[in-house]
Amino acid sequence: MDSTQRTIQLLLKPGQHDGEGQRVAEVAQRHLGLTTGRVQSTALYTVRYPVTDEQLRDFATHCLQDPVLHDVALDEFRHEPTYKSYILVAKLPGVTDDEGISAQNALGDFLNQPLDTHTQHIFSKRLYFLEHELPAADLRRLAEELLGNKLINRFESGPITDIRDYTPRPGGGAESITNLVPLTNLADSELVQLSKDNLYALNLEEMRVVRDHYVAIAPERQAAGLPADPTDCELEIIAQTWSEHCKHKEFSAVIKYKDADTGEEHEIDGLFKTYIKNATSEVDRQLRANGNDWLIKVFSDNAGAVRINPESLFVWKVETHNSPSAIDPYGGAITGILGNNRDPLATGIGGARLLFNTNVLCFGNPEFNGTLLSNQLHPRRIFEGVRKGIEDGGNKSGVPTVNGAIVFDDRYAGKPLVYCGTGAVMPMQLAGLDSWEKKIDAQDRIIMAGGRVGKDGIHGATFSSIELDETSPATAVQIGSPITQKLAMDFLVLATRRGLIKCSTDNGAGGLSSSIGELATISGGAVVELEKVPLKYPGLRPWEIFVSESQERFSLAVEPAKMDELLALGREMEVELTDIGYFTADGYLDVRFDGDSVARLNMEFLHNGVPRKVLEAEWSKPQAAEPTLPATTDYTDVLTRLLGSLNICSRESVIRQYDHEVKGRTIIKPLMGATGQAPQDAAVVRFNFESWEGVAVSNGILPRFGDLDAYHMSAGAFDEAVRQIVAVGGKLPNLSYGDSNFWSVNDNFCVPDSVYDATTNPDGKLKLAKLVRMCEALRDATAAYCIPLTSGKDSMKNDFKADGVKISVPPTVLYSMTAKIEDVRQTITSDFKQADDVVYLLGETYDELGGSEFYQLFGELGANVPQVRFDKAKELYTLMGQANDQHLIQSCHDLSDGGLAVALAEATFGHGYGATVDLPESLPVHVQLFSESHSRFVATVAPEDVVAFEQHFGARATRLGVVTPDSQLTVRHAGQPVLAASTAVLRHEWTNGPVNRIIGFGQPVGEESAR
Amino acid sequence: MNDQHMNDTSQKVQALILTGFGINCEEEYAAAYRLAGAEATIVHLNQVLHGHVSIHDYDILNFPGGFSFGDDLGSGVVLANKLRYRKNAEGRTLLDDIKEFVANGKFVMGICNGFQVLVKLGLLPNLSGNVTPEVTLTHNASGRYEDRWVRLKVNPKSNSPFLKGLDTMEVPVRHGEGRLIISGTDTLAHIEEQALNCLSYTDFDGSPTDVYPHNPNGADLNCAGLTDTTGQVFGLMPHPEAFLSLYNHPDWARRKRLNLGLSEEGDGLRLFRNIVEHVQSQRQTAVSPQEASQFSS
Repeated sequence: MDSTQRTIQLLLKPGQHDGEGQRVAEVAQRHLGLTTGRVQSTALYTVRYPVTDEQLRDFATHCLQDPVLHDVALDEFRHEPTYKSYILVAKLPGVTDDEGISAQNALGDFLNQPLDTHTQHIFSKRLYFLEHELPAADLRRLAEELLGNKLINRFESGPITDIRDYTPRPGGGAESITNLVPLTNLADSELVQLSKDNLYALNLEEMRVVRDHYVAIAPERQAAGLPADPTDCELEIIAQTWSEHCKHKEFSAVIKYKDADTGEEHEIDGLFKTYIKNATSEVDRQLRANGNDWLIKVFSDNAGAVRINPESLFVWKVETHNSPSAIDPYGGAITGILGNNRDPLATGIGGARLLFNTNVLCFGNPEFNGTLLSNQLHPRRIFEGVRKGIEDGGNKSGVPTVNGAIVFDDRYAGKPLVYCGTGAVMPMQLAGLDSWEKKIDAQDRIIMAGGRVGKDGIHGATFSSIELDETSPATAVQIGSPITQKLAMDFLVLATRRGLIKCSTDNGAGGLSSSIGELATISGGAVVELEKVPLKYPGLRPWEIFVSESQERFSLAVEPAKMDELLALGREMEVELTDIGYFTADGYLDVRFDGDSVARLNMEFLHNGVPRKVLEAEWSKPQAAEPTLPATTDYTDVLTRLLGSLNICSRESVIRQYDHEVKGRTIIKPLMGATGQAPQDAAVVRFNFESWEGVAVSNGILPRFGDLDAYHMSAGAFDEAVRQIVAVGGKLPNLSYGDSNFWSVNDNFCVPDSVYDATTNPDGKLKLAKLVRMCEALRDATAAYCIPLTSGKDSMKNDFKADGVKISVPPTVLYSMTAKIEDVRQTITSDFKQADDVVYLLGETYDELGGSEFYQLFGELGANVPQVRFDKAKELYTLMGQANDQHLIQSCHDLSDGGLAVALAEATFGHGYGATVDLPESLPVHVQLFSESHSRFVATVAPEDVVAFEQHFGARATRLGVVTPDSQLTVRHAGQPVLAASTAVLRHEWTNGPVNRIIGFGQPVGEESAR
Repeated sequence: MNDQHMNDTSQKVQALILTGFGINCEEEYAAAYRLAGAEATIVHLNQVLHGHVSIHDYDILNFPGGFSFGDDLGSGVVLANKLRYRKNAEGRTLLDDIKEFVANGKFVMGICNGFQVLVKLGLLPNLSGNVTPEVTLTHNASGRYEDRWVRLKVNPKSNSPFLKGLDTMEVPVRHGEGRLIISGTDTLAHIEEQALNCLSYTDFDGSPTDVYPHNPNGADLNCAGLTDTTGQVFGLMPHPEAFLSLYNHPDWARRKRLNLGLSEEGDGLRLFRNIVEHVQSQRQTAVSPQEASQFSS
């Protein structure tokens, strides 16, 4: 037996196309300006498990090699003789290596040995050979900017004559060391420094409260045999629990609000309480008063829950993963989507079945060609990495990505916004208990399920609560393992249905500290035995084990009597389960390592001891004016340019790389029609194969309008999401007694640092005032439509600072909406269906070009921001629901970016139809075509339904024209043509816009599609 | 596992659908069989590998799509490897059982990742008869995973009961490694001669094509699916189980407008009806009803 390190290399056989090598050569040339010559890509597997020469050879040839594609080299680095340079890409210790683990799995099968897959024996790497001899600096650049990320990869590179290998050797023996952190006599400056040095992200006042708490309880601790000073673990737990990420301190703060224009002042008793919680309570009261009692769980668990029917619940959660995505876009996004999946999975008892994912992404301009700041990644790289992360996170979990949006603005170039949403279905009852309730009693066991713990993701919760700078920590990066999570998910579904789990929660930000800390509030305490926690490798200190954010883990509460059956099921399904302690009722979170106390914290202090912040907000209306535009404008040209603009152009290349129909239930996909290129307003997914009930899913996000007025931006975003659902045939809630028509909304605020500081954040008061106004609009919108919020999240520090420059995101809010669809067969898509159908505008156009894409083309912002007239909007949406009951509408597309002109064009993309439209004479042509007034639709009506339709809508419908068979879009005003274009050309411009060009495909005109 | 229950004799055709380890299309696969009138049973792969469930109690063995074991070594590789090498307590591999299953005249189907498993295992096309890999499925020519709808033409010379009476089919593809590579002109000739290339990607005129995106991956012979020489083992890259109802199709709303009486069934369902009817007709020739045990998870 040879137990030394062995190497297997897979090379493509001569004649096989090396797509990866070719791509590396092309991208190196295009984006980095490096001429590599040909590039050969090979796979390396380093085996650190005792195998004989024969076993190694047979394993390589029978299990790893594809006999059609590959040659195998053993214990050598084989390459073509003409190559001059090499780059080896390995993973840093502890970084998830699914490929290595898969190879190990195969080795276990091959040898018929039970090979523990939790201890890594095989390590996967990539080894590239370059035809040209490149200087060391260029090779390093190629490695770091194209082939990997220095936060997760270790690179070796140089001349091919001197290939250095690297295999991670993690850890170096257990480190059961717990240190004390003296606080007692620290001065203010020392407290602040301590917080900064340890990434506690606690401010001076919070540090003082902690210090004073320890002074106060010194006698009590002494009596219990504990040191007076806090342990490192205790401070880490407090920092995590009190982090902005977990505690939402700014959304709970008292805000002194001043309107500088009017001089009015008032105090707000917490944004969350005032505008979100209370607003939803009021909505719930109105719903219940009208016999609609479907709102089951709001704000109090990992995800909100509403009742679909007497048998099942719909569970819905949207979160952000911005900071990790800024420094490692792929890892940040994949852990974002997998982490968000765990929220509905671990709501109530747990074990919901995931139904779909959504994502909304905000990036800087991917065609940016200026100079990047230190450690700032190029927006294109962030875009591609995030997209890939969402692809793998969704596709490999078997969850369809049914809906999304991408917003571009230069202010997202420092910190991108990555919103991930997941909808799921859960039975109302699990093993005879209410599925949405979390119950725990003292003595119930604490089980950790899923992945193991490493140093990855330490400090994620606190890290996301501070602004990013060039020194952001590497340990905050995590890589998701979709396969590990899929196994845990399958396990949870089965275990909860068998009544083996009392309740579950996910290990996300803050790791065990957060998950057990929160669960322990139910029973009133917990004892955790950290030495039992399975580690990826030795070398972690107790506090690191407790706060690590290693992915794919759940914490479960299990009755002692159910343990045997649960553990047996875990073995059968190959999910690692570990008993790491038990719940108590003594009021303490008690963390131990080998019996020694590592942390003992009073739960009351931990969860309620954080001092409330008092913040200042001051609003003044921005100076804005309507621009003077060129006297003559070619509207055909304007429409063509709008369709090819960054924020309007097709996202097809992105959409098609997400599986949007696994599970076979997606009824309205992002792109529909015979061409598969007609963009849709909301996704529709049916719940199962036995009924036609389903859910519509939409997103509202309009950051541009925030530059004019954050209130109208927020109101508009809310309306956008509502009208998208109305467009596909959804109905407003509570229209009739007991109609059971659920809606469930998540609000996600992402704002720049809005805490005023005279030197570091001089406009902090204005930023906070914008946030207040966004929240006011949210309250007004929920009340107007009677639509409840069920869950949400706020991300408060979306700034990137480097080289003395700060890039802050514009205040952004995303409303992610879902609504019940009674019969998915009655839903409506956006594309024109038949020639001679009559085209109508539903709703009213106003002179509201402020912040429009049209003004953007001219480099103008304007002043007239679109406003939502809630009463009129609600009336229109109600009429639309009634019209749909009578099947009066054949197609419906909501008006948003680019206004009426863009909506008309997009509605022709599904087939080969055109339209002839006559604009009324009321408003100027450019206003009618491009104003982005809210609450409007383009709808088509069959000729035989025109009378009934016009009677039903009255003045709310404006007849525009007819659908034509000739692929021409013609718009006339006062009898004169003002816009005329071939819809094929328009679709070509849209399809070949910057997004598809960057991601890599576009369709040449003339390559025609379905008929 | 304690959900096992024995049924008395059942007239229904029994379809066994494997899941676990990253397989993720099992629910719609089961729905397809149920809609086609069969009894569908989803079991975790380990129940079969550990001998708790015997494939011989079923008529059709099904490998669904997904990312088995994450597909990190190449699609389907680790699962195929497990079927070939992992031995149960009696020292048998699942491949031993599958060979016997096919020899008994039963049916095996793989979709997408399941097709990749059958190819990597050598059950398809299995020209030699000794189950060694003869062709492969690798990265799409585009270098990308893609979800898009394609049109398929059934090879009229195919002998597989799965495809009997079918001519064309619309279905979605959702894969990154669906490009069939057939190296060696002999292999290629044998496949064509015996019409094992049972499905081709076509353009809008219905002619087999190598033009992207109609042919989404650049497969040799424009081939979307294979059978073995008996026609009992069948696999394809596209997802017929994702087109069970009209409302799965991207153009359903316009088609329904054009023809209000349009069937609400999707193309994919016909394939499942075919094999279920075929097994039923085989049964009718049998003397006594077959004992079958079922498991559900």
